Amino acid sequence: MDYLNYLRKDKMPHIWCDGCGHGIVLKSILRTVDKLGWDKNEIALISGIGCSSRTPGYVDFNTLHTTHGRALSFATGIKISKPKMHTIVVSGDGDATAIGGNHFIHAARRNMDINLIIFNNNIYGMTGGQCSPTTPTGKFASTSQFGNPDSPFDISRLAEAAGASFVARSTAYHFAKTDKYIEMAFRKKGFCVVEVLSPCPTAYGRRNKSTGKVGHEMLKDQKENSVPIERARKMKPEELKDKYITGVFIDRDVPDYFEHYNEVKKRAKLK
Amino acid sequence: MEKKADIAMNLEWCKSCEICVKFCPQKVYEMGKFYPKIIAPEACTGCKICENLCPDFVITITPLKEKKKLETA
Repeated sequence: MDYLNYLRKDKMPHIWCDGCGHGIVLKSILRTVDKLGWDKNEIALISGIGCSSRTPGYVDFNTLHTTHGRALSFATGIKISKPKMHTIVVSGDGDATAIGGNHFIHAARRNMDINLIIFNNNIYGMTGGQCSPTTPTGKFASTSQFGNPDSPFDISRLAEAAGASFVARSTAYHFAKTDKYIEMAFRKKGFCVVEVLSPCPTAYGRRNKSTGKVGHEMLKDQKENSVPIERARKMKPEELKDKYITGVFIDRDVPDYFEHYNEVKKRAKLK
Repeated sequence: MEKKADIAMNLEWCKSCEICVKFCPQKVYEMGKFYPKIIAPEACTGCKICENLCPDFVITITPLKEKKKLETA
């Protein structure tokens, strides 16, 4: 496949730092779209604010760059007015779980037919490396120079508990796995979340030497410390410290928003 | 050794992150002064690991089998 068919060439090269994993995840999305043979005019790519949310600027779909954390609300509107549009939301960890936390859990609760791809880099990269809700305890950020005292969110578990149809986690290094999960999400009805761990060498790696300082070291760290969820279930919590659990968290067939909504429409017409 | 794949690099978009140099299983690339350079093009097997891991859309690998198919089609 040729990525250039899907890119706005005048906007390239992108602004992401050297070694940033976001480009790798964007490639996975483009490969999957190419594999499924979707028409570019039938895809809506929506984002909020953040590094990951620069994505819609570079791809040649119907794109929308919205306010911080509200990408899912805009996506809901698009999906309701144009149900045939393939609606994809790209979001960062801060955009999805901090600023847009409520929108995230309520989109999952409603089970809107939206595909959400979260680029999780454990930090607010764009604004200078402040700690985000997914920065692990004890790790360093520009706002926690002596270690982060808070516990991190587990985005995949949160989405699973909130009622999403499909939840999976992969890493930027495991691009084949990412492709597979994004394809599963795109083929499925209902709210599908794919969380991809993406290295941020500039804001996170530089301060946290355990994960490596530069892009390729951080990718190597992902390669060495990823644990498939089947194996992670048999391991003790102490053994899972600093490991990345990857795999399909849930894949269930539950009625999505439109099934309920069409029933309501029918009942309203009968009266 | 017979050449198995074509490597095209658009270095204008390259940010020198060295991911291709570090992850190529056949050591096809080496870091130059600023940008990676291809030192062993005949060693490339066309596995596309560097293409898939390149965050900046620089590398395009065309395995010669695929290329022949495209030309005849």
